[in-house]
Amino acid sequence: MTVDWGAFAPGDGARLRALGLDAGARVAIAHRGVLGGRDPVAVVIGRMTVAVRRVHAAAMTVETL
Amino acid sequence: MSGLTIAALVGNPNAGKSALFNALTGARQKIANYPGVTVERKAGRLVLPGGEPVELIDLPGAYSFEPTSPDEEVTRKVVHGEFAGEATPQVLVIVLDATNLEQHLVFAQEVIALGRPTVVALNMIDLATRDGLVLDAEALSQGLGVPVVPTVAVRRRGLAELSAAIEGVHKSARTIQPHPQPHLTLPERRLAAANIAHGAILSETAQHRLHAGLDKVLLHPWLGPPILFALLFVVFQAVFAWATPFADGLEALIGGLSGWVSATLPGGFLRDLLTEGVLAGVGSVVVFLPQIVILFAFILAMEASGYMARAAYLMDRMMQGLGLSGRSFIPLLSSFACAIPGIMATRSIADPKDRLTTILIAPLMTCSARLPVYAVIISAFIPSTAVGLGIGLQGLVMFGLYIAGIVGAMAAALVLRRTVAKGGASGFIMELPRYQMPHIKDLAIGLWQRAWVFLRRAGTIIFYVTIVLWLLLTFPRAAPGESQLEASAAGHISKGLAVVVEPIGFNREIALALIPAMAAREVAVASLATTYAVDAPDEEAAAAGLASQLAAKWSLPTALAFLAWFVFAPQCLSTIAVTRRETNGWKWPAFMLAYLFGLAYIFAGITYWSAVALGL
Repeated sequence: MTVDWGAFAPGDGARLRALGLDAGARVAIAHRGVLGGRDPVAVVIGRMTVAVRRVHAAAMTVETL
Repeated sequence: MSGLTIAALVGNPNAGKSALFNALTGARQKIANYPGVTVERKAGRLVLPGGEPVELIDLPGAYSFEPTSPDEEVTRKVVHGEFAGEATPQVLVIVLDATNLEQHLVFAQEVIALGRPTVVALNMIDLATRDGLVLDAEALSQGLGVPVVPTVAVRRRGLAELSAAIEGVHKSARTIQPHPQPHLTLPERRLAAANIAHGAILSETAQHRLHAGLDKVLLHPWLGPPILFALLFVVFQAVFAWATPFADGLEALIGGLSGWVSATLPGGFLRDLLTEGVLAGVGSVVVFLPQIVILFAFILAMEASGYMARAAYLMDRMMQGLGLSGRSFIPLLSSFACAIPGIMATRSIADPKDRLTTILIAPLMTCSARLPVYAVIISAFIPSTAVGLGIGLQGLVMFGLYIAGIVGAMAAALVLRRTVAKGGASGFIMELPRYQMPHIKDLAIGLWQRAWVFLRRAGTIIFYVTIVLWLLLTFPRAAPGESQLEASAAGHISKGLAVVVEPIGFNREIALALIPAMAAREVAVASLATTYAVDAPDEEAAAAGLASQLAAKWSLPTALAFLAWFVFAPQCLSTIAVTRRETNGWKWPAFMLAYLFGLAYIFAGITYWSAVALGL
């Protein structure tokens, strides 16, 4: 996947990188939305599940393998 | 600090650091001391195989030395020896989640690169085995260049080996100089992490199905929230229902003790001080220990099982509507037990405006100190009838008070986020840790610490406040035919305050109780108990429970107004103190006092006059 880092608030980018959500990572979406809303999104990366907001997910471009 | 060797546990959040810390130090931990002592520093004593004692500190979880929250900032500063008043740890113990090596090795390399004496605890190795991961600790050790010890903190496996390894690197460090390694960039570290992890993994099968299966239900867009709310409702019903037999037992014990003192000691000053002052006051607070323990048991179990992060996930959408994020949910839920750990837990919130808002609304969550106040009033004025489905009216009123606090907090967050804590929308980025069976011993240690803090408060602040109040209530003595309360020094003091609170339906006794309750809310109950015990016309009336005395002396609107007051009133010195510390100044605690007292006064007034108008 590729990431548009400019789309985030300053601290968020560093946080995502620290969790491994970075260019080249392999991710899968596990869950999305609560009560009909479309936020937040649970992303599986490696053996870890990370919750992010839709705005974060929108800045990540993925290609299906 | 003495010249003890200091070892620090570092690692990603959810690596099982706290469980390892508990396993290594047992109950020999420095118990958090509110207020004044910083709680980020959890310290305990570990004795190395050679007999040398070591001070072990448990640092907040971090993903890197590039801090993105106040929590991570603390870890970075302590490890680098930049934290004022804190010695640099001589040995670093990296805690890795064996099931999540590739991620956790990224930060581990950053720590190892410091070139200081370092040991790696390859923790939760049993879960890795359950997940079908077979790991080679030796290969990992070669890849990282430091000793690696497989551990299972919750089953106490690998602890002796870990202590021996700590001793080993500490000894050799006396001869070898630290040798910092070249700094790698994040992508380089991540690549290296992946390589080292792959080298250490001998075989691997797909992720455990139970974990994903649970999330399918618990994080389901429509099923998840009702499950969460049902769970919270059960918690609050349990706090009220399960605790009753224990509370009754404690009450009987205190009553018996009071009777024994009355029978044994000769009548006079000392006997009255003990029975009317100490036992009536402190005793009326101590009986709430069972409720506090039950509430904390649920919160600790939710944290230890991994469900708390799911709760934050489920709440994020709603919190977003208030201008907050799901991260604020955890501090706010902790605030139901006590606002102090709640406010301290806000350190994991990255956005400063989010964090400030969460701190300011945390006291609106119904903390356990309000339980004594609510419980006494409810048992005195609300009939113990069932409303069906096994739900009692008393429990329902209690639930309503909790809801009132939550709604108040939501409204306050909305307003604050648009006024004093204005700022851009913050994100919500959070790891959802794997599910785990909470371990009884860890829960027991956590519960013991909470119970101890509560009892120590009852033994110190509440004890002294009750004695001072009893003295003020007892002297000067009333002339025959005159009420003792009217004649006493406290009676004169409360006359002034009563003018202010009479418009909202409060009587003299309440005005009197509100002053010492500034120290802590539950003191209000102790004060009322002492006041009515002193003022009782005869022994029999004094012996009657506080609830029945209140039922006889207060009107229902007054009681309801009193409840409404305590939903909002910021009567807790410790909360104010911790707010001052966490916000670095008096500005925000002063603001908190003003806005919460304002709300308390307004809503108590509305409640009183509505109840009067309805003819209650």
